[in-house]
Amino acid sequence: MSDPVSALGHAAFDGFARIREIGPLGMITLRARADLPALPAAVRAATGLDLPAVRRIVTAGDRSIGWMSPDEWLIVLPYPQVAQTLARLSEALQGQHHLAADVSDARAVFRIEGARAGDVLMKLSPVDQARLEPGELRRTRAAQVACALWREGDGYTLVCFRSVAGYVMGLLTHSAQPGSEIFPA
Amino acid sequence: MLLLECPYCGIAAEETELAPGGEAHLKRFGPKSSDDEFESYMFARKNPKGVHFERWRHAYGCGKWFLAARCTATLEVFGTYPAQVGAPPPEIVAKIKARRPGWSPE
Repeated sequence: MSDPVSALGHAAFDGFARIREIGPLGMITLRARADLPALPAAVRAATGLDLPAVRRIVTAGDRSIGWMSPDEWLIVLPYPQVAQTLARLSEALQGQHHLAADVSDARAVFRIEGARAGDVLMKLSPVDQARLEPGELRRTRAAQVACALWREGDGYTLVCFRSVAGYVMGLLTHSAQPGSEIFPA
Repeated sequence: MLLLECPYCGIAAEETELAPGGEAHLKRFGPKSSDDEFESYMFARKNPKGVHFERWRHAYGCGKWFLAARCTATLEVFGTYPAQVGAPPPEIVAKIKARRPGWSPE
């Protein structure tokens, strides 16, 4: 096996918020009809998590599962566990129409941390940060590219396509320039 | 700025998160239809000043197509609804009639 490498080699920037490119992070896209009878049990058996409600992300330990669309979920887990989880999912959903794909290497993941982390994203996405609830996964855009973000710890986790990782790092870096706070102290 | 609530994820999505898809509730004419029917399906659009039904895709969100009823003159949005219907649902029609008493669906 070759060693997984994150998109930007853990690039980081310290502005009025701290930007870090993290990863590699394991990610599985699961697509199936939401009313598939075996689905909740299969997801529970493979990940130990319950399917989230609409627009939610549930986390337990180092694993999360988020609602992406009415027939799509994103499972986030440590990179080395992807193959085993995929195998368990396929086994539990055998014969049922579904798709479970390893998308870990197709994505880049960023952490935006600090008290003003929200300001960084307010400049980039048409999201009302005041109405973004804890445990809500929001799919939106960061300037010109698609992304998904949610609150976690003292900041946000943002996921985008790996092919635009450099662009998104540029956006976040520029947005977090010291002195460009939206709500200066 | 146009805000449409996606009926699938419930987000009041801003226009730049959406992709427009033109007029809704078109009747499709394919092979074996007459030239006139196909021409009207392919090219003829209502383009009204007033109540209009449109297709939109929550492109930067859940990716689903949905339909919206809105006014092209005032940009007032009467409501949005899932796309798997052949005509505007009764509750949307009622909402439009409440705001535009003279209006009636075709």
